[in-house]
Amino acid sequence: MPDVVLAGRAISKSFGQVQVLFGVDFAIRRGEIHALMGENGAGKSTLMKILGGYQPASAGTVEVDGAATVLRDSGDAERLGIVMIHQEFSLAETMTVEENIYLGREVVRHGFLDRATMREGTRKVLAELECPVDPDARVGGLSVSEKQMVEIAKAVSRDVRVLIMDEPTAVLTGAETEILFRLIRRLTAQGVGVAYISHKLTEVKAISDRVTVLRDGRWVETRPTAELSPDDIARLMVGREISDMYPPRLPPPDDAPTVLAVDHLSIPGWVRDASFTLRRGEILGFAGLVGAGRTELMEGLVGLRRRTAGEVRATGVAEPIRTIDQAVAAGIAYLTEDRKGKGLLVDKPLTPNLTLLALARYGRIFVDRAAERRALVAAIAEHRIKTADLDARVASLSGGNQQKLLIAKTMQVEPKILIVDEPTRGIDVGTKHQIYLFLAAFVAAGGSVVIISSELPELIGLAHRVVVMRDGRITGTLSGADIEENEVVRHATGLKGAHADA
Amino acid sequence: MPDPSGPDAPRPSRTRRFELKTWGPFIALGILVILGTLVNPVFLTPNNLVNVLTRTAFTGIIAIGATFVITTGGIDLSVGSLAAFIAGVMIMVMNALQPAGMAPLSVVAIGMVAALALGVGAGLINGLLVTKGRIEPFIVTLGTMGIFRSLVTYLANGGTLSLNMGTRGFYRPVYYGDLFGVTYPILVYALVATVGAVVLYRTRYGRYVTATGSNEEVARYSAIKVDRIKLAAYALQGACVALAVVLYVPRLGSASATTGLLWELEAIAAVIIGGTILKGGAGRIWGTVAGAIMLALIDNILNLTGAISVYLNAAIQGCIIIIAVLVQRDAKGRR
Repeated sequence: MPDVVLAGRAISKSFGQVQVLFGVDFAIRRGEIHALMGENGAGKSTLMKILGGYQPASAGTVEVDGAATVLRDSGDAERLGIVMIHQEFSLAETMTVEENIYLGREVVRHGFLDRATMREGTRKVLAELECPVDPDARVGGLSVSEKQMVEIAKAVSRDVRVLIMDEPTAVLTGAETEILFRLIRRLTAQGVGVAYISHKLTEVKAISDRVTVLRDGRWVETRPTAELSPDDIARLMVGREISDMYPPRLPPPDDAPTVLAVDHLSIPGWVRDASFTLRRGEILGFAGLVGAGRTELMEGLVGLRRRTAGEVRATGVAEPIRTIDQAVAAGIAYLTEDRKGKGLLVDKPLTPNLTLLALARYGRIFVDRAAERRALVAAIAEHRIKTADLDARVASLSGGNQQKLLIAKTMQVEPKILIVDEPTRGIDVGTKHQIYLFLAAFVAAGGSVVIISSELPELIGLAHRVVVMRDGRITGTLSGADIEENEVVRHATGLKGAHADA
Repeated sequence: MPDPSGPDAPRPSRTRRFELKTWGPFIALGILVILGTLVNPVFLTPNNLVNVLTRTAFTGIIAIGATFVITTGGIDLSVGSLAAFIAGVMIMVMNALQPAGMAPLSVVAIGMVAALALGVGAGLINGLLVTKGRIEPFIVTLGTMGIFRSLVTYLANGGTLSLNMGTRGFYRPVYYGDLFGVTYPILVYALVATVGAVVLYRTRYGRYVTATGSNEEVARYSAIKVDRIKLAAYALQGACVALAVVLYVPRLGSASATTGLLWELEAIAAVIIGGTILKGGAGRIWGTVAGAIMLALIDNILNLTGAISVYLNAAIQGCIIIIAVLVQRDAKGRR
């Protein structure tokens, strides 16, 4: 094939006795954007790590410019112009943006750092990304999306011929995604080949030239994107029809009581004067741009963040809720958006993770390990968590299975009100569907759900009402036919609703 | 990852793979015992072993507390100075009570209670400065280390505080006495280690200690009162120091500015050799016990052989610490 810059031929990979890739072919041509799709655990990230030199293949060859090449490490790959941007950030948090971008390849003149040149290079690449961060800012102080942009800046500031991107837009806003896409197109126009992993079907449809789908570690299909509809791709990924992505919505009865009342809550620096109510059997969506204060509002609500004003009351509980224990005792559970940073102990096995929130139920002083074991077996069956080994560490699970474990952990306290924050971020279609079914079943059984999501179709498909936030304020609450994309966006951007721009 | 077992449910772990990380300290201890026996037949005599273990008990007990503090992700550098300070105060309390005509049993009992109260109190101060004061544990305990050391020097007026003869005679058996040939310090050490292991591995508190050190944010989001868990760990450390002092005072019957010097480093070394991770989240009580005994055995073996100078003891201990950490890192998987 002409113009193939980087290819994997019949790549197989095993970790111990577990084989995760079975003779997969994948080729990136000059100037193309080749999307790699598949459910969590399909082997996408592993394949990309092999092509990026981070892991050796167990069998098969990596070809660079048509010649079989052994990449001993990522340094080998980078010398050949193959750069990978990871899902997890690889930035030094205490160093500045500029220091990070030039980390490991500092410009030196006469034995001293040539800061002027590096400053110039940093400004140039940040300007290309339309990313208004200060080169002198410490990375630790940046927002998640800014960090992602710096990560991308770091990659493209090298002499890159192949760029491997693993879910680069998972934490980006719509506008930032657009900027990234413009940059990717500029790079491909210069002949750079791009491998692009994403779970967002519409995004892949919009940006990629070709799509390769993997399922359970096997190659399924490689086709020009234009020949496939998003539904086709989803079908190829899952291997069956997904007829109804969203379960049918049963409206709560008219007399459904209010179970949670939030009154004039203020979280310093984030949220001003937020009030809303939640009824039994209701799914209440929270929409808004990244940084609108949705996560902070929920964290303040359950007592994980300091608040300066306001009151939270759960029905049937005399005391207003101020601390996380009170929230849990009142049947309110919060499922964080930061699965690895705040949700799960990734270095630990499944069991202590499952029972951590509800450990008091496993013994007042001594922990009943047999009961924990039974709970794990039950949770694995109920939430269909795929793990090779009951004693496996959480880090060995795929993202989707980690998310299912986090849900199982949260459900251990048998909450009546579930607050879920970006529950399907970075998760494949099949697992998403499973989570939607779970939430629908939860409210059907008399529970109530607050769901924060940056994916509008998700809120439109699931929620009975949608609260929209902008700049720390609630700008509107939509229900019925008003829950549609334009209306939400107008409220989220300040074109409409309370506190709208004049 | 795709499920390798196909449609089957996940199995409980297959035969556990042998892990050098877990067994390393015990294997090393075994090698050391064999080495000691080869060097000098005296090594394996009950008398020698009891002597060594009795002297291990002080830092050994302190190291059990240190295992908890380190597992929460903290560190306590003040334990050696605190031991000296508690010893000084305890001796002064007992000396003040004796002329009042109190029975020796009551004098010693009150001294012990005072020691424990002081230990727990000092631990709480460290813990509060770490949790409420939001200061790095290293800095807090570096500060209190200096404070306690200076206080005991001040109390002793630069010299030595000695226990009055009457009380000393009564108190002596706590260190020198034994039950079926096993001295009380060894018995107390075994008890403290067992309780420590049960608490760390079997109780809710132990699980929270590990979770806090593994990822404090995850612990906080799991409704764990992280500050209280840490505070309790420092208090526990203080109690362990006090217990060690209660056993130590009858040995010499005195305290001075050099009492307990470098105990903090010995305790931390025992913890690290034992396989507890310094950044927290994984504690091993029995590993700590093996580590403490190893450090004492090296000293003993060097004394028994003439081949290597006893002055090189610290160098050999240093090498062991570094090797222990290298072995653990290797076993953890290369990156």
